[in-house]
Amino acid sequence: MVKEENTEQPRTEGSVSLVDDAIKQDITMADVEAMDENVSNMKTEIKGEVKLEDLFADMDSDEEFSSSNIKSQDLKSSGSQEEPSSPIHIGPLSRASDPEVMRSFYQRLFPWRYLFQWLNHSPTPTTDFGHREFAFTLQNDAYLRYQSFPTSDLLRKDVLRLMPSRFEIGPVYSTNPRDRKTLRKSSAFKPIAKELCFDIDLTDYDDIRTCCDKANICIKCWQFITMAIKVVDVALRDDFGFKHIMWVYSGRRGAHAWVCDKKARLMDDQKRRAIAGYLEVIKGGAQSGKKVTVKRPLHPHVARSLETLKSHFQTDILQDQDPWETDEKFDLLLQLLPDKTLNDALRKKWSSAPGRASALKWADIDALAKTTKGLNPTALLEAKQDIVLEYTYPRLDIEVSKHLNHLLKSPFVVHPGTGRVCVPINTKALEEFDPIGVPTVTELLKEIDEWAAEDGESEGKSIQDWEKTSLKPYVEHFRSFVLSLMKDERDFKVKSEETDVMDF
Amino acid sequence: MIRQDISRVDAKRRTALHHSKKQFAAPAYKDLEYKHRLNFYIIPPTADITLEQFEQWAIDRLRVLAELEACSFRNKTPAETAAHMKPLLDKYLPLSASTSGSSAVQVERQKDHYSHFILRLAFAGTEDLRRRFSRAEAMLFRIRFQADDARERSAFVDSLSLDWETVGEEEKRGLSEELRASGGGYPKRIEDESYFKVDWEKVPELIEGRKVLLRAGKAYVPGREQLSMVVAEFTQLLDKALELTSRALPRLDEDDRLTPILAHLSQNFTTPDVAYSTNAPLTGADISSRNVDVLSASFPLCMQHLHRSLRRDSHLKHYGRLQYTLFLKGIGLNLEECLIFWRQGFNKITDDTFNKEYRYNVRHAYGDVGGDSNRRGSGYSPFSCQRILTEHPPGPGEAHGCPYRHFSVENLTNLLTAVGVRDSDVLRGVKEDKEKMKYHMACNRVFEYAHKQELKRVKEDGTWGASQLETIVHPNEYFKRSYLLRNLGKKTESSGDGDGDVKMEG
Repeated sequence: MVKEENTEQPRTEGSVSLVDDAIKQDITMADVEAMDENVSNMKTEIKGEVKLEDLFADMDSDEEFSSSNIKSQDLKSSGSQEEPSSPIHIGPLSRASDPEVMRSFYQRLFPWRYLFQWLNHSPTPTTDFGHREFAFTLQNDAYLRYQSFPTSDLLRKDVLRLMPSRFEIGPVYSTNPRDRKTLRKSSAFKPIAKELCFDIDLTDYDDIRTCCDKANICIKCWQFITMAIKVVDVALRDDFGFKHIMWVYSGRRGAHAWVCDKKARLMDDQKRRAIAGYLEVIKGGAQSGKKVTVKRPLHPHVARSLETLKSHFQTDILQDQDPWETDEKFDLLLQLLPDKTLNDALRKKWSSAPGRASALKWADIDALAKTTKGLNPTALLEAKQDIVLEYTYPRLDIEVSKHLNHLLKSPFVVHPGTGRVCVPINTKALEEFDPIGVPTVTELLKEIDEWAAEDGESEGKSIQDWEKTSLKPYVEHFRSFVLSLMKDERDFKVKSEETDVMDF
Repeated sequence: MIRQDISRVDAKRRTALHHSKKQFAAPAYKDLEYKHRLNFYIIPPTADITLEQFEQWAIDRLRVLAELEACSFRNKTPAETAAHMKPLLDKYLPLSASTSGSSAVQVERQKDHYSHFILRLAFAGTEDLRRRFSRAEAMLFRIRFQADDARERSAFVDSLSLDWETVGEEEKRGLSEELRASGGGYPKRIEDESYFKVDWEKVPELIEGRKVLLRAGKAYVPGREQLSMVVAEFTQLLDKALELTSRALPRLDEDDRLTPILAHLSQNFTTPDVAYSTNAPLTGADISSRNVDVLSASFPLCMQHLHRSLRRDSHLKHYGRLQYTLFLKGIGLNLEECLIFWRQGFNKITDDTFNKEYRYNVRHAYGDVGGDSNRRGSGYSPFSCQRILTEHPPGPGEAHGCPYRHFSVENLTNLLTAVGVRDSDVLRGVKEDKEKMKYHMACNRVFEYAHKQELKRVKEDGTWGASQLETIVHPNEYFKRSYLLRNLGKKTESSGDGDGDVKMEG
């Protein structure tokens, strides 16, 4: 721990901002000739790949041009590093995908160091980071896979050069992804570790959410995600015993989970599939009818989830979503109920009172069930439980979790459509999280400028740019997450070294 | 120079015995005594056998494994598979119980042991073969484990000395409610069952099916689920051993009499799930994007459903597109036409979106773009029923998969009626097939109904051989037959070309 603090010191001391600091580092790096060579190698590698993959037919010349362009700009800004964080002119009209906006974001706000520590699991570079695949989505929507970087500074440099509108994180490979074509046997290149990931997306709820559809979301339908996080998080912690779980807002209408425990990272596809299967309750496509079939008695995981979800069902579903308001919609509900006589009675009642609220309809079921003869109360109770599950249980995009080599968008990148930053969600304050309130990149950049205007002179100690903005709590959350992960990782290493010694 | 250095270091490290004493050590080769009927195949065989035995034993085992694999492709239940395999096992790979008192016990077990290791050598070569071999071996082990009598089985399990922690009485009582709920209500009395506590990673299948209680990374496995744990252990050991074998394979000082036998063996382990060959398009058929609507009358239900969904929504999700694209590729629609087809199908989006988001995937499926191996293999091959049935079950809003399997009975009946299957006998039959999980049967039933007259004709004419009348297990085969039957009259009139085609297949 102490060591880490020390390495942090020189970075914060005397540097005016993150940008200048990083530029200095770039310069010291440029001293190392080998490093330079490395970078140019990377460039040729990318170019070679362009031809092979046949992906970016019109990219070749552009890329060369833009890269030299960036270099000159870098130089310029390093020349003017005396003036404290020159204001970036972001008008209200600047869009999130503007290259200028993205550049400022990557330069001044993106938490590169914590991202590095998160993936590297230690302060000094290891293959955990060096053999990790990154994939860039460039401004022209070209997709660049198998990028890898020995250090976070090189990653940062390349991101600034290529200006991807977003980038994704893949697995750690057995060899450096950039060298994969030079290997004699293709089997020597294979994914060996990645965080266990989950992806929840509101589009999967389209058949049961009434407030919005497609890409739109509001705080009402965000509750689906809140419920999902609660259920999955507790299962991963209590049942599987994972500790380091980070939930990240995906920037538009969903959330990702990254389970970072060492044990989770090293799991093969079969184990990932097992976890996915354990968590999957909603099954079947648009045509499969009833989507929930669970055994009775309920498995402890399902029973616990049901307990959590019940209260959400009352408020978030029955009141806010009101899913069975109209005639054709309450038919959906009736299809899921088992007793025919009861259904007929309910249909009669509801048809005569159009627009009766779902909460009342739900209460009607029990009320009328009392007077229905020959009704099987257990079957009805079970059907009602199934309905609660169908309307609240997490709908996971299971393919993401099943495969070791699936790529997932990195935390803290900007969603190109909304301009929102993909921030981590603090599960301790899950209910307070509001996706609409997540800062957008243009807001953040404005905040930096305004902060400088407020107390630009007070130079007690240097403050990083992200600390001046509303991104601060999110980065701090990320930092503490990463620190606790690294701590566990280090303990793990020490322990295994001790046992090694004992073996000898 | 360098080489010498390495060998010197290696020799020192490798030999447990000091090299100067090595010549006096007794050879470890000896006949093994097989105490148990089952075998985890940890110790390799060391005794001598004849070359004939070597080959014959391997072939016998291979027969059994190939049949096991075929069973899994035909979607048989474990019980059906066991019943199906019994006569074959008795013939090719008998294993008597220790109590049977048969004099052949040791010989049988030796054959089992040796043939396993011979096939290991034959199948360690490639990733694909290793995976299939380990799957088939695990199935075989499972069948034998279940057939074993209880006492012998527990003796065998004890001999494995696996690292399982027994759950204490106190803890068991404390968790009794949860344990019972996890076991689907069993056991009625918690005292009747013993539980082991293991890392959940050891029993992934039990976790996947939510069949056990899980607490803080430990699975509480009831005694009756022992099978799954033993099989998991077996597979794990085998996979590891196969990996090691494959690495050692190039360095093995192989007897040059054995290499050809081994190569031959691995070639003969062919998949029944043959890739449908796209090289023989139907002659005379107008396979083009504008004609797909017409052709779709000959599509199997899964593809008809995809086609209808596409026309209805002007969109299909990823796996739907993949399944349908490959099918279309299989019926002979070329890449240009296929791109036109999708472009016109997705009529609610702009050219730009189409080019950005969909074009690449279609080209990738045809092998027009992508890595070397994808292009050389000209893309993916069309999905067989086996793949459609077992991989990627459709999720919310997805239209791919097999309607017979992934639809509810009501929706299936609606769809069938919509495509013109109204005969109540057929519908009832389909429903029964679905309940018995015989999805192929249901599909073939519909096929036979839809082509009743034509089938009768070709059977009477004798123009179609037996191979053309067997069960359809590939959507493209369905289309091919359906198309040929529907155009029966035209074919014979136009030329002998079509007939020639048909006979070639027979």
